[in-house]
Amino acid sequence: MPETLLDIKNLKIEATVYPPGEDPHDITIVEGVSVSLEGGKVLGLIGESGAGKSTIGLSAMAYGRGGVRITGGEVTLNGRDILELGYKGLRGLRGREVTYVAQSAAASFNPAKRLMEQVIEATLKHGLCSRAEAEARAVRLFGKLGLPNPETIGSRYPHQVSGGQLQRVMTAMALCPEPSLVIFDEPTTALDVTTQIDVLAAIKEAIRDTGVAALYITHDLAVVAQVSDHILVLRNGKKVEYGPVKQIIEDPHEDYTRALVSVRSIDHNEKEPAEPVLRVDNVTARYKGTNFDVLSNVTVDVAPGQTLAIVGESGSGKSTLARAITGLLPPSAGRITFADRTLSPDLKSRSRDDLRELQMIYQMADVAMNPRQTVGTIIGRPLEFYFGMRGEEKRKRVQELLDQIEMGTGYIDRYPAELSGGQKQRVCIARALAAKPRLIICDEVTSALDPLVADGILKLLLELQAQEGVAYLFITHDLATVKAIADSIAVMYQGKVVRYGTKTRVLTPPFDDYTDLLLSSVPEMRLGWLEHVIETRKMESAGN
Amino acid sequence: MKLVSQRIALGLVLILAISVLIFAGTEILPGDVAQSILGQSATPEALANLREELGLNEPALSRYLDWLFSALQGDLGTALTNGKDIASSIAGRLGNTLFLAFWAAIIAVPLALTLGLVAARYAGRWPDKLISGVTLATISLPEFVVGYIVMYILAVNYRLFPSTSVIYDSMSLWEKLNAIALPVIVLVLVVLAHMMRMTRAAILNVMQSPYIETAELKGLKPAAIIARHAFPNAVAPVVNVVMLNLAYLVVGVVVVEVVFVYPGIGQYLVDHVSKRDVPVVQACGLIFAAVYISLNILADVVSILTNPRLRHPK
Amino acid sequence: MRRIPISALIGLFFTALFFLSAIFADFIAPYGMAEVVSNSIWDPMSREHLLGTDALGRDMLSRMIYGGQTTIYIATMATILSFTLGSILGFSAATLGGWIDQALSRLVDLVMSIPSLILALVVLSVMPVSTTVLILVMGLLDSTRVFRLSRAVAVDITVMDYVEAARLRGEGTRWIVFREILPNALSPLVAELGLRFIFAVLFISTLSFLGLGVQPPLADWGGIVKENKEGLVYGIPAALVPAVAIAALAISVNLVADWVLNRTTSLKGGRGA
Repeated sequence: MPETLLDIKNLKIEATVYPPGEDPHDITIVEGVSVSLEGGKVLGLIGESGAGKSTIGLSAMAYGRGGVRITGGEVTLNGRDILELGYKGLRGLRGREVTYVAQSAAASFNPAKRLMEQVIEATLKHGLCSRAEAEARAVRLFGKLGLPNPETIGSRYPHQVSGGQLQRVMTAMALCPEPSLVIFDEPTTALDVTTQIDVLAAIKEAIRDTGVAALYITHDLAVVAQVSDHILVLRNGKKVEYGPVKQIIEDPHEDYTRALVSVRSIDHNEKEPAEPVLRVDNVTARYKGTNFDVLSNVTVDVAPGQTLAIVGESGSGKSTLARAITGLLPPSAGRITFADRTLSPDLKSRSRDDLRELQMIYQMADVAMNPRQTVGTIIGRPLEFYFGMRGEEKRKRVQELLDQIEMGTGYIDRYPAELSGGQKQRVCIARALAAKPRLIICDEVTSALDPLVADGILKLLLELQAQEGVAYLFITHDLATVKAIADSIAVMYQGKVVRYGTKTRVLTPPFDDYTDLLLSSVPEMRLGWLEHVIETRKMESAGN
Repeated sequence: MKLVSQRIALGLVLILAISVLIFAGTEILPGDVAQSILGQSATPEALANLREELGLNEPALSRYLDWLFSALQGDLGTALTNGKDIASSIAGRLGNTLFLAFWAAIIAVPLALTLGLVAARYAGRWPDKLISGVTLATISLPEFVVGYIVMYILAVNYRLFPSTSVIYDSMSLWEKLNAIALPVIVLVLVVLAHMMRMTRAAILNVMQSPYIETAELKGLKPAAIIARHAFPNAVAPVVNVVMLNLAYLVVGVVVVEVVFVYPGIGQYLVDHVSKRDVPVVQACGLIFAAVYISLNILADVVSILTNPRLRHPK
Repeated sequence: MRRIPISALIGLFFTALFFLSAIFADFIAPYGMAEVVSNSIWDPMSREHLLGTDALGRDMLSRMIYGGQTTIYIATMATILSFTLGSILGFSAATLGGWIDQALSRLVDLVMSIPSLILALVVLSVMPVSTTVLILVMGLLDSTRVFRLSRAVAVDITVMDYVEAARLRGEGTRWIVFREILPNALSPLVAELGLRFIFAVLFISTLSFLGLGVQPPLADWGGIVKENKEGLVYGIPAALVPAVAIAALAISVNLVADWVLNRTTSLKGGRGA
């Protein structure tokens, strides 16, 4: 019978909030959560933002961020209730029995100290071994985690290594004192998709080899499915479901879990190719004062009422393409044709119809809407500006648009700050729709949203396309989204289109090396996927 | 190194530009030196003669270059009001001013840093609130008002120190310190608030960084967290704070010297502004500007030197 | 409506009091500004002279009220000048960019590289001293700070996607400046307005104290300190009366500005004010 390492019983966590203009008061973040973990096993904590997963993770170190306090329940680690430990006892626990890997390694390393100093610091301070032995351990861990030059990388400063590498160094730092439990708090979320998979594989291997137990916190069920033995699904600080990973993925009991598992499984059949509404022809662009092209010879089309997905990682030039099409960054060569008119390269000399028929939706709905304008003003402005609508007529049309984005009445006089993330993005969609555009450029419109909310937005976009016949140029780094929405796909890498065609063609082998890497890096909701990918892929990720 | 030399070069350019500004400021504005000396009722002939004598009929550029090169060689010209050599008048006074500023800095810097640390350590609690309350009060008072309040309490009511700061060479160090006690106290009060507040902000900024949380989660002792993780990152911003406030001290000196009738360069400047003695004002203005800019450059250089990103490039 | 904190209420009350007494100085001052009312100097506080008399035997309370009028008038005018000039140029620099922005920013860097007091002293050594000159000098020097702030605020806002969205819609400069940028820049600027006003009060008081500001017999708070400073050595605290007034005004305005600023930062793009 394996021993229970961590046993959380009936945990209650509260925090004091200081809302402006109101008296400070306490809110409950986590309530009634119980879970236990055996030595050497991995427990995945999964939930959307606000689910309390990080807070629960840190409770295993009896640590609360900011004004967060553990106010009830028990946290038993290695047979003792750590909530009863004094400050000194906790110091002996933290960094020795339990260690922590943060989401942003870049911010979590002290910029003024060399990596090695920081990696072995806890080991030395707790007197676990000599400096020489600790450094040898660190070097072994660097090697195991696949870091280049494990012998010398420790003498570097944090800003001298890449984000993916830093995340591995942080993992080495957590493993160095040979703890019995490591808390991984979204360790791969901030990384590019092809880098994420390498770090994920390295973490998984390191966990297996060292036999350490882990809490793995993430919002991505497909990721957690690759590394965990058990999964705890959380929502709004409460437990939804707990079970072995196989049961959660293949036979979820709760509706909420089922929704999480089936996320991004929208069915979309690609449409027949047609005469394009937008034609990007051999476009090359560079930013002022630089001497390399961020876009080189890009040629793609978008057919009316269809979706072209532009896929690529950060730095691939996909957002620059949007800037070139909208006229914010006039191309240095090439031509853009829209609705059989050649678009002037510069925004200022475009006709009002060109502007109206080409709309844009942004990634961060928060900053895409003026916080001092009401929903009615935000959606009403294009109506007024392009169609001269005023007063009651305008208000009626705004309400129609709100109905179309499934928000209904009662929102027209609200300010953006009073809306949820998904609602904000819907309002941005309504604003674009108000102009009666032929094409909407969607720049990573779902990547800032929780998976279920993102799903809702994608479904809405598809419905609106069916109703209005609007075309989308859909920019994203997320291939699952692409599969759900695209009719044709262009894969971009370092400013060039490396693969382009209908969805079926682009997603059918044989692949070029980059597309293969990109496609294989998208976490899939099945067990054993990670191992399979690592064995079969051809190209190393850019983060290495 | 390249950045440091760039910054110093930029500072020199700035001082040069300021010399142009100061020179032009007294040139292009209505009224000129001759008018200033002779007053509004002077006859045109007298004005013309004096202008000739002072070389005011030369083109402005050649007069500026003349002024600048003499200044670089230590020749600041002669005062209009008494015909004395400006450089030698300034020399002794500058020494007095630096003496005053030095003692004010020696007391203010450690005090402000300590109090700033205390405020940061107890952020949001009563020591912090007390300190920020006092800060609000002191930044709401002009330097001369602080000066008279201190004088009224310490010199008049309690007779602890002399109310005017007479100082001469034959005094012993102790006598000198006793003489400048009040202006030093005032200067300390004047810069303390700003320095404290900025120190507090700099420390809090560092203490809220995720790497401090990392250190805490390693189970380090508070002393180790501060010494190994907070301090190395707080040095640059705090040094910056100190330098900026020393530069501010330079301005405070002008007013405080007038309040306590202290024979420094600040009082010399103010005296000659009301006498409209332009060469003296130009010379003093240039010296104040040069000191102020140098301190600012020093602050920048320190932050460049302590920034790991710049010290260890990729 | 949000609750106004007690500190802001106190600040508002005293700020209003000072401004009202400045505006209605002629009606509430018991004696004339330069009227000698007593044969002896520095009379103590009494029923006839609530604050006593000054170094020339004039009624201190009346001097203080008229002095407040001068100080507040000059500070207000200088603040209006620095604000109008600084914010217009700051917004233009931020929205126009290019060489205009570069030229203005470098000029402001230059002027701000040395203390305003030193620069003011240099200028005042050749300019005739008058109220107008003082307002101009202070307003121009201080407009550099307003320029920096408003430029920074506007630059922060112009990079927001909602401004880009307006530009893509084809909106003109007027809509972008007045409907997208200005409403979001207003609160930090209003808070800054308070701080600049305090700075102007302290600045004019300092200049007058040094004898380079308001000239006698016109009363102003800095000048009243200067006129009565000799009394201090004999234990006569008349010179401290304006000191209290300056501090009270500065603290009151500070409290109001703090409140405005807190409201702004806590709004974080919240509801329209």
